Amino acid sequence: MTGLRAYLKDHAGILPAALVIGVFMIVPILIILIYSFLAPGDYGGVKPEFSTDAYQRLLFQNDLFDQLVFDPAYLKITFRSLWIATVAVTGCLIVGFPVAYYIAGQPEERRNVFLLLITIPFWTNLLIRTYCWILVLRDTGLINSALMALGVIDAPLTLLYTEGAIALGLIYTYIPFMVLPIYAALERLDLRLIEAARDLYSSRWGALWFIVVPLSMPGIIAGSILVFIPALGAFIAPDLLGGGKNLMLGSLVQLQFSAARNWPFGSALAMVIMAMVLLCLMLYARNLRRGGGGFQH
Amino acid sequence: MRHSDRDIRWLPGFNWVTLFFFLFLYLPLIILVVFSFNASRSATVWDGFSLQWYAKAFANDDIQRATKNSLIIAVFATINATTLATMAALALGRNRRVRRKQMFSGLIILPLMIPEIVTAVATLTFFAAIGLSLGLGNIIIAHTVFCIPFAYLPIRARLQGMDESLEAAARDLYSGKWATLRLVTLPLLMPGIISGAMLAFIISLDDFIITLMVAEAGSTTLPIYIYSLVRIGITPEVNAISTVLLGISIIIVTVSYLIGKKT
Repeated sequence: MTGLRAYLKDHAGILPAALVIGVFMIVPILIILIYSFLAPGDYGGVKPEFSTDAYQRLLFQNDLFDQLVFDPAYLKITFRSLWIATVAVTGCLIVGFPVAYYIAGQPEERRNVFLLLITIPFWTNLLIRTYCWILVLRDTGLINSALMALGVIDAPLTLLYTEGAIALGLIYTYIPFMVLPIYAALERLDLRLIEAARDLYSSRWGALWFIVVPLSMPGIIAGSILVFIPALGAFIAPDLLGGGKNLMLGSLVQLQFSAARNWPFGSALAMVIMAMVLLCLMLYARNLRRGGGGFQH
Repeated sequence: MRHSDRDIRWLPGFNWVTLFFFLFLYLPLIILVVFSFNASRSATVWDGFSLQWYAKAFANDDIQRATKNSLIIAVFATINATTLATMAALALGRNRRVRRKQMFSGLIILPLMIPEIVTAVATLTFFAAIGLSLGLGNIIIAHTVFCIPFAYLPIRARLQGMDESLEAAARDLYSGKWATLRLVTLPLLMPGIISGAMLAFIISLDDFIITLMVAEAGSTTLPIYIYSLVRIGITPEVNAISTVLLGISIIIVTVSYLIGKKT
């Protein structure tokens, strides 16, 4: 008893926060893990009987004769989510790396201003930022109006409600997550290494590719994961910019808990997302242990 | 390109990518703000300056109710999250008797690692399973959880940068544990606490997906109300409320940044 009391006394500062997160975050996730193995209730919720139907539904459907047949509909949505998230990561990397590199080379005062400018949109409302893109992309939006006024096109291009629009929205939302870790890696870069490469007749691009990129790899990997995870479970961008017809996993989960009222299936889908997230985090941890691409001395 | 020859890091084109990046980042926001002042309903053609959409938005009862809900939730979630985060940061940063610090700091950061949609449906399921129905209370609990890491990180950073010798000096001068905390540690930590509280506040104010899933009828918040308007169609009123919310976030982040910088 004294051991427990001493423990509680010593940990009085940390336990409240740990308990709140444990009870209201870890327990709920365990509950949906259990729910994913139960049968759906008639009006939402679950029936207390064991069932793997929710996971079966990911790949199979019951046909007219109640036989299980392979149905790729949900697999397609999973692959579309993976694909769009990958496109978003690639887009963020292509734009984010040069930006991080450029900012890292600026004097300190200006660097701080740049960093503040990058973080401000992150702290503004995600819904509103995505909504802005509707104003830009829709048929009567800024891009189509401008192109038509210039005479480049006669009829508006379909920009909104496409996979491209979703990817664009995700890039826009999550690109700060790519720039900041790469910047953090580049800021500590030893410039003498570039000097040495240049002295040994490497071109500017050669030094970039063979020296800077490998040394900033931990930042690149961290950034890619930080973009990939939220992009995979995104709800707002597919909903507003995909118009609901280009579903991704996040919107599918939301649908099961609202209109479709199939909580076990929604829980199973949430578990699929969690599994992918865990995989990413494990890869990241392994990357760190290996010395992060030679970055840590 | 004045440093092109001298600066070893210089790479052609990277400055243009950076320029493009900042345009990309801010242009949509600028369009939103500009057209919220438009005299006509159009969101593409400029018809002169007007504040009518703001007047309409502020006079709207639903918006007033939603704003009130949002503020109540944000204030309580901020107080809860900041208190818990400050205690946690002090325990992990100053108390040598706390064991398994790595596990605890991982736990505090956990809400950042889990995709929001998963948190949202898990919280909804949990509240339904235990039959908890406190109206705004449910949302406040959910917000408190994901605000904890946002409050924690600036506080922890500030604590790590603080000179421990001041606290040691206070104790050498026979200041008790609590007096040292109240008179030395907390005042020094205050910029971190304020900055953490501000971040928690805007994260709560702006949250959409978790609130959408957890909110019961009558607990509509501002982002949820905006979403319902956007679903119906684009109206300049949406632009006006969004601009206000945007302005609040930008002011808070900038102030929080300046507080962090000054000290």
